[in-house]
Amino acid sequence: MTLTATPRTYAEYSQPLWRRLAATRETAVIGLLVAVVLYATVNVPNFDGPLTLTYLLLDVTPILLIALPMTMVIVTGEIDLSVASVVGLSSVLVGVLHEGGFSIPAAAAVALVAGAACGALNGFLVAYVGLPSLAVTIGTLALYRGLAVGLLGTKAVTDFPDRWTDLATAKIGETGIPLVMVLVVVLAVAFAVLLHFTSFGRGVYDIGLNSEAARFTGVDVARTKLLLFMLAGLVSALAGVYYVLRFGSARGDNATGLELQVIAAVLLGGVSIFGGRGRLHGVLAGVLLIGVVASALRLEGITVNVINIIIGLLLVASVMSPSVLAWVSGKTARRNTRARGPHDASTDAALTEGKNP
Amino acid sequence: MKFLSKRASALAALGLSASLVLTACGGDSEGGENGSADGDVSITMLPKNLGNPYFDTSTAGAEAAAEESGATLEEVGPQEASPDAQVQYINTAAQQGVGALIVSANDPTAICDALNEARDAGTKVVTFDSDTEADCRDLFINQATAEGIAKVQVDLIAEQIGGSGEIAILSASANATNQNAWIEMMETELEANHPDITLVDTVYGDDDDQTSFDKTAALLQSHPNLKGIVSPTTVGIAAAARYLSDSDKKGEVSLTGLGTPNQMREYVENGTVEAFALWNPEDLGYLAAMAANALATGEIEGNPGDTFEAGELGEYTVEDDNSVLLGEPFVYNADNIDDFDF
Repeated sequence: MTLTATPRTYAEYSQPLWRRLAATRETAVIGLLVAVVLYATVNVPNFDGPLTLTYLLLDVTPILLIALPMTMVIVTGEIDLSVASVVGLSSVLVGVLHEGGFSIPAAAAVALVAGAACGALNGFLVAYVGLPSLAVTIGTLALYRGLAVGLLGTKAVTDFPDRWTDLATAKIGETGIPLVMVLVVVLAVAFAVLLHFTSFGRGVYDIGLNSEAARFTGVDVARTKLLLFMLAGLVSALAGVYYVLRFGSARGDNATGLELQVIAAVLLGGVSIFGGRGRLHGVLAGVLLIGVVASALRLEGITVNVINIIIGLLLVASVMSPSVLAWVSGKTARRNTRARGPHDASTDAALTEGKNP
Repeated sequence: MKFLSKRASALAALGLSASLVLTACGGDSEGGENGSADGDVSITMLPKNLGNPYFDTSTAGAEAAAEESGATLEEVGPQEASPDAQVQYINTAAQQGVGALIVSANDPTAICDALNEARDAGTKVVTFDSDTEADCRDLFINQATAEGIAKVQVDLIAEQIGGSGEIAILSASANATNQNAWIEMMETELEANHPDITLVDTVYGDDDDQTSFDKTAALLQSHPNLKGIVSPTTVGIAAAARYLSDSDKKGEVSLTGLGTPNQMREYVENGTVEAFALWNPEDLGYLAAMAANALATGEIEGNPGDTFEAGELGEYTVEDDNSVLLGEPFVYNADNIDDFDF
């Protein structure tokens, strides 16, 4: 084998940069987002109206926020189903504490601590006790929601100062972009740096690809997972505070079912449910895609049941697509193998397998 | 190789987008006509939640009214009766610039900001069944007044027991605001117009089926001369009817109150209950849509004293608190109960 042949061992670098960027799952989702926005602008009545952008961003803000830590949790191969219940619990806490005389910032601070504690319980059970996250968080989904409903019963706290509720829906100047997007952007940048540009973030991918190997290379697997679940709890609690202020209503059933939309968006954005793969910009596009689709369908007068069916299908499709693609490319590989001879075959097969653990 | 699989994934994504676009297309054919077409009034009906027989009935009434007045009516709503889910639909109505929005509020204050944004965008807001704060809507269609509800129940029980004897009340919880107000008015009404009827006891079933059932049993034991029970709560009356229909007091003790036809049908048919009251949600939806249409066309402003024609229901006047009263509660009995399904 000559030196010129060596680049072929790293398939990632066998194509020019622009081609590599153009052919990723993330690019596909962003392209799809642009296509749906363009389509909706032309074909959906009132989608191009001035209110659409504002409402759309306000609606997706909790999903955007929670999707950030959820991406990292799923990249490690775990999952957190309890996030929407933490949103509910945090919003109830803000309501109950505010009713009891706390100021909004003080109540929010307590809610954030409680959210981090909820996440810590999840993380402890998953990382240190070694239980499967699916089972743990489906249990805490019920537990945290139960606490939320139990604390407030069926009543709602709706008496919040206008100063704070107005802030939650305030817009940046005349742009129609909600002020809360500043918070989203700051957090998105922070999470992107953490995941993609730090050793902690590399560790997250290592755990998802091979947890044992990660441990041997010096990644503290348990601590990393604990921290990620705590981050998920903390950010979910933050989303809960936002939820209360935006809707001016603290109720035990706030944000029921939101976990479905968060996980659907994360997987749609190209994060592998098996861990080890996914990038934040794809996830952000995935969240916006779901938001735009839901908004356009509502403007078309499509009922909530149909919208849920479509989000459910998107979720199934995005989980299935990597497996289907692997199967398809596996078939193609075998066909090419026969045409090209035994040497390339071994390399190609190894690469294909390595790509989809 | 690597590229091939990635291209395949891009293709799959493209396929996904095509299917999305197609679904949106499918909606277009039906969505096109109920957009904000000029001339026609478009009305959005937003009940507390979808799939609720009570609101299905009110929407049927609203659709009939819309058809009569040449408006287009579209029903939207969340699956769960929560205010945050309702806000998205209010926002959508604001984006669409619909002429009028008819809402049954899941929370009196939480949806206020969204409603006012819609009103700023030119949409008239009519609440029905469950009101919001008065400054977030143009009109409230009031199903019944407390006086009306109290009076119809007293009249029914007085008629059923022949104008004299002992009666008791099976209420919801001891601190239920509505029920307590009604009970107070019922007492006044009894004193004023039915001096021969004595209210011997008021018990609380906490709007729980089993508790209400047990309290009914206890009432009948502790008051052997009891001739009638009034239950101003739909849970209470159904539980009391279930107890009565299997007891030897059936036919001896009359039962009335506020109930829904589907819960009470069995007991009206087997003779346990002669008649009970509630408003008619179909008429309520009909009147709400008529009022919404009148507001959207500019026929009325929603100010006190404004009058408008509400088709088969006749003429209505806006009252001082910017509300319109549907009328006297509706009495359900063996003759009409099969006309209703909620």
